[in-house]
Amino acid sequence: MTGPLLHIEDLHVDFHSRKGETNAVRGVSWQMGREKLGIVGESGSGKSLSVRALLGLVRPPGEVRARRLELDGVDLRALSARQWQSIRGRRISMVLQDPRYSLNPVMRIGDQIAEAYLAHHDVSHGEAQARALDMLAAVHIRDPERVARAYQHELSGGMGQRAMIAMMLMPEPEILIADEPTSALDISVQTQVLSIIDEMVTSRGMGLIFISHDLQLVASFCDRVLIMYGGRVVEERLAKELPTATHPYTRGLLACLPRLGERRESLAVLERDNAWSREVEAP
Amino acid sequence: MSLSTWLLTDTPRSRAQARLGNAFLSATTLLSNRLTLIGLVLVLSMVVAAVFAPWLATQDPLAQSLAERLLPPSTMHLMGTDQLGRDIFSRVIYGSRITLTIVVLVAVIVGPLGLVIGTVAGYLGGAVDTVLMRVTDIFMAFPRLVLALAFAAALGPGIDNAVIAIAITTWPPYARIARAETIVLTGSDFISAIRLIGASKSRILIGHIAPLCISSVVIRLTLDMAGIILIAAGLGFLGLGAQPPAPEWGAMVATGRDYLIDQWWVATMPGIAIFMVSLGFNLLGDGLRDILDPKLR
Amino acid sequence: MASADIAKLVVRNSGRFAFTLALTLTGLIFVTFVIGRLLPIDPVVAIVGDRASHEVYVRVRHEIGLDLPIYVQFWRYLTGILSGNFGNSVMSSRPVVEDLTNFFPATFELATISTLIGLIAGIPAGVIAAARRGALFDHAVRVVALVGYSVPVFWLGLVALLIFYVDLGVVAGPGRIDIAYQYSIEHVTGIMLIDTLLARNWDAFENAVSHTILPCAILGYYSMAYITRMTRGFMLEQLQQEYITTALVKGLSERRVIWVHAFRNIMVPLITVIALAYANLLEGAVLTETIFAWPGVGLYITQSLFSADLNGVLGGTILVGACFVLINVAADQLYRFFDPRARAR
Repeated sequence: MTGPLLHIEDLHVDFHSRKGETNAVRGVSWQMGREKLGIVGESGSGKSLSVRALLGLVRPPGEVRARRLELDGVDLRALSARQWQSIRGRRISMVLQDPRYSLNPVMRIGDQIAEAYLAHHDVSHGEAQARALDMLAAVHIRDPERVARAYQHELSGGMGQRAMIAMMLMPEPEILIADEPTSALDISVQTQVLSIIDEMVTSRGMGLIFISHDLQLVASFCDRVLIMYGGRVVEERLAKELPTATHPYTRGLLACLPRLGERRESLAVLERDNAWSREVEAP
Repeated sequence: MSLSTWLLTDTPRSRAQARLGNAFLSATTLLSNRLTLIGLVLVLSMVVAAVFAPWLATQDPLAQSLAERLLPPSTMHLMGTDQLGRDIFSRVIYGSRITLTIVVLVAVIVGPLGLVIGTVAGYLGGAVDTVLMRVTDIFMAFPRLVLALAFAAALGPGIDNAVIAIAITTWPPYARIARAETIVLTGSDFISAIRLIGASKSRILIGHIAPLCISSVVIRLTLDMAGIILIAAGLGFLGLGAQPPAPEWGAMVATGRDYLIDQWWVATMPGIAIFMVSLGFNLLGDGLRDILDPKLR
Repeated sequence: MASADIAKLVVRNSGRFAFTLALTLTGLIFVTFVIGRLLPIDPVVAIVGDRASHEVYVRVRHEIGLDLPIYVQFWRYLTGILSGNFGNSVMSSRPVVEDLTNFFPATFELATISTLIGLIAGIPAGVIAAARRGALFDHAVRVVALVGYSVPVFWLGLVALLIFYVDLGVVAGPGRIDIAYQYSIEHVTGIMLIDTLLARNWDAFENAVSHTILPCAILGYYSMAYITRMTRGFMLEQLQQEYITTALVKGLSERRVIWVHAFRNIMVPLITVIALAYANLLEGAVLTETIFAWPGVGLYITQSLFSADLNGVLGGTILVGACFVLINVAADQLYRFFDPRARAR
């Protein structure tokens, strides 16, 4: 693990609407290097928004503010559209949740994947297509030619997600964000897709930000874990040290998970405390 | 606690409060959009002009005065006079009554008709649905103006015939909308629950499904209103609407056509009135659709 | 897709298309049949006068066929129409169908050019307005389109004639071509612009263009309003979709995301929109042709109307109606054909 790649300090994402202002992300700070970082939280905790801010995908009426938002020295706070084009894909990439919606329905899969490479490398279409086929094979798709010629609706969930992973790895980014990559898939397929992500990330020495609502999954998969609640990071731990977490929310989450061989009278219920979403440090 | 805070609270204490809160939010959203506000003002102006015509018109719209024919706009005649010396401004004001009549009559025929056909087709399904929808599709493929023209040509000129002609060609989209909503609603749990309690089909349709379809129908009506006004004006232009000396706007444009070159106001003024009212309905309809269709928010 | 698959698809869809078309056209003809019978005047009385004896009345009624049951009357009417017998025009004493053949090319010319104007101006405007939602361009485009939806076409035509013909003199007046040229051009296609070119008569061509500009601009504005509005709506919907986020994340330029990704997804519904715009223009032509004295089917209908020639009105209505129906049904089927998701079914 080399030095930190991403620096986030005091990140805020606010939404202005007629009903008032919503503070979706409130003063989040963390760093990461070429490691596997998991972000866990329930819906509305701000986990997806904080990484979308990293890619400049928060559009008005959303507003992003931060004291520091850097990728390897590049300030991500005030980039032009053209500058974003060189960061997105090339340096940070993102696998979205549901391939039924995140893949273009009227473009062939192979073209979509090749496009990801062509956007950042000056090669012929033929070569990009060939690379796309290689990448499809690398994510363990058995008949890459057929899949490359197919449209999104002809693929199963698992295949679609693997195509998505292939697409996002084509431009060879340094960091891959996976936003609930298996939540839309059948259980049987989830493990496969996860292992592919693991394999790809490790073999290329990339950083991974893995977002999920499933604490157990993240703990088994990542090196470090961030727990988010109400727009804040309430806990930051190495994955193997999770059982020794101190924050009541984390403890609550851990207690909710039933384990084999355990004797329990009743399942624990997560208690929430409003105090966790209030300011911890003074600005 | 101020009134607006009470209305906008996230935890309303009664159904009435929740409903009022929603209405308030919709109203403020509606009014905050300047264009929608302009639309509302335009439409209301027409209604006000129609209702209060006798007080707003400066002169008798039918009073001819050959000594004063074809005068340009002035303080005496705000929009000038036509070829028979009648005050155009007063005629335009009174003409709003005709427009309002047509609008209301068409809406009153087309809305309920489409609602009934659509909800029955959507709820009963099967053969009834197929037949009704085929009929609807057939009518939907007909050209509106041309058919209305043919109808009015056969039935003879006059407002009532114009209204019938327009209504006959305008109802299909409402049946489709009502049917689409009904199909969605029929599959929902609360309808199943009501059925289990033993409500009859008509009670379900009239009491539960139809009211929920009304808002879509109303939005569509508002959006279509401009088109209806334009068709009515077109019919009037061709002499098929209200007959002279009635101050129908389309007919006024037609008579003004002969004097267009030197006395442009005779044709232009009523045309501006038609334009303003259509524009008003379009703006209002757009605004209504923006609030009530959350996808586009 | 294998050619065998395409062939199968075309066959299956043609069947459905033909059936829907036939059914709808029959409905249209039925409606005109009903309209024809709505005349408040008894057609027998129109022929024999109101002082005829009872025997004469009955005889004439039998001759016309009005004593037959309704469905037989309708059948005769239907078969008459389908064989091209639309009755005779009171106005011109010629068969209506002959009149219509003479008048149709002008309307075709008007509608086609106007639709082209509409889509060339309207599609880019709609796409860019959606991409720059809320910006000045978006507002301007929306206002322009909205005005197009709200202005009465006959009034706009009059005002345009007043300004551009009478006041400014930059275009020619009503009519398709100056009388001076009208009879010296050989009638090949019936479309003046093409015929003058074929005859290599540049003056006549220029004259024809000068006559064509204004009516086409007016109608073009109408189709542009509709096309822009629909395009913008479709694009806005697409730009909210997840695959757009994916495309952005790949690092593609905004232009590519808009045109190659979002726009390609609306191309199919857009075809339907353009077809419908064309159909609407056939209708809009009725009033425009009246204002511009453009010798098309619309003018024919209104002239028949003023001459109380119901045959002419109904004949024109059937023609316009049939085109309208044809385009609507075709657009519907085309949509189903092109959508790769619909194809799978």
